[in-house]
Amino acid sequence: MYHVRAIQATARRILRQLSHDHRTLALIFIVPLVLLSLLRWMFHDSIDAFNAVGPALLGVFPFALMFIVTSITTLRERVSGTMERLMTMPIGKFDFVFGYTLAFGLLAVIQALLASVLLLYVFGMPVAGPDWFLIMMALANALLGTSLGIFVSAFARTEFQAVQFMPAIVMPQLLIGGLFMPLDAMPNLLAAIAHFMPLTYAIEALNEIANHADITATAWRDFWIVVACGVAAVALGALTLRRKSK
Amino acid sequence: MIAMGIEAKGLRVEKAGKPVLDDVTFMVMSGVVTGLIGPSGAGKTTLMRAIVGVQMYQGELQVLGEMAGSASLRPKIGYVTQSPSVYDDLTVRQNLAYFATLLRASKTKIDEIITTVQLQKQAKQVVGSLSGGQRARVSLAVALLGDPELLVLDEPTVGLDPLLRQELWALFAELAARGKTLLISSHVMDEAERCDQLLLVRDGSLLWDKSRQELLAKTDTQTVEDAFLAMVTGGGK
Repeated sequence: MYHVRAIQATARRILRQLSHDHRTLALIFIVPLVLLSLLRWMFHDSIDAFNAVGPALLGVFPFALMFIVTSITTLRERVSGTMERLMTMPIGKFDFVFGYTLAFGLLAVIQALLASVLLLYVFGMPVAGPDWFLIMMALANALLGTSLGIFVSAFARTEFQAVQFMPAIVMPQLLIGGLFMPLDAMPNLLAAIAHFMPLTYAIEALNEIANHADITATAWRDFWIVVACGVAAVALGALTLRRKSK
Repeated sequence: MIAMGIEAKGLRVEKAGKPVLDDVTFMVMSGVVTGLIGPSGAGKTTLMRAIVGVQMYQGELQVLGEMAGSASLRPKIGYVTQSPSVYDDLTVRQNLAYFATLLRASKTKIDEIITTVQLQKQAKQVVGSLSGGQRARVSLAVALLGDPELLVLDEPTVGLDPLLRQELWALFAELAARGKTLLISSHVMDEAERCDQLLLVRDGSLLWDKSRQELLAKTDTQTVEDAFLAMVTGGGK
């Protein structure tokens, strides 16, 4: 089937490009581990406090890092002229976006796994619920960052603009998504706004699983919300792609 | 065999409210090399982008008997942009392998094309490490991969060494002789001497769309450059 081969070829091509770029690969995989280690060090004398925020961080780091890596790389393709060339070829818009999702999704999975293993098995962070759900949630978040990154790159003309999407789109979710303060302690309006942000549900699910022995209905609902947001962002990414310029 | 390659009637493209192409009408035949000649900023690239289906336009534009931009045209068109659009961080062969999959071209075709553009020695080199001329050849190689019916080349031989330029123009002539349609742009007038048919453009308008011989005869000049000047200053003698 042509579309399957086009998606595979595109994903393989992107991964090959990255394999020539050792520095980027090292940054993708190592930076979240270093950041988590720094935080663990900072909470050296109050491990309980670290264990309280640790699960939520597992949602935040893969999300933020995959978002920035994906949005810049996708934009580079648009700016370099290779995108225009592809748009004159038989490859479909969905083939192109799925190819990107597949390649960066794979990196996201590796990154989220590394961060999960560090927190759970190296630092021994205690989690009331099953480990696998926590890891699955970290994966879902990394994939959400990937798909949002692909989507927003459509609205940037330059790499400089794309970098600004990090503070514009990721930071608000970090700040009011429940990482620093529980939503019910916030002003009502702000909490309502936070409920329009996918990361809020990711943080909630991670905290749920850290504090409950079994997987609560809220945790499952939140997981599916995060997945649905990721799928919607990929679909919108493909639909906003334009073959013809005005 | 001579057939219709491209036909434009009242073609118009506006960007930011200003016409980039203004009521352009012409025909491009298959089986000959047609040069799209004009100073930079004349609208050459915009016209090429409309033909390959990545530029919106008004008016009529038929390509190989179908409306420009149709999905069914995509496997039949090879397009080379002015600045090489290939992946700098992949090797020559990896670039071609990717585009070959998209264009359903075979592995043997990749080797054949690498030989055509004389990059055998650089095949395993990363494109970013190549010279400007070599990168332009990789970009051209991608366009040749799918054995397209229509080749649209935006300044493909600018900056290449004379010997290679000679060989590429011989290749273009050979492709035309096999019945392909070739539209090749240049702002360098001496490249126009190698074309059978000419489209002369200036400020979004068409000055000429017939054979080079007729142009020289009409303007009573020896070179396309002089003919162009004659057309611009007096509309010919």
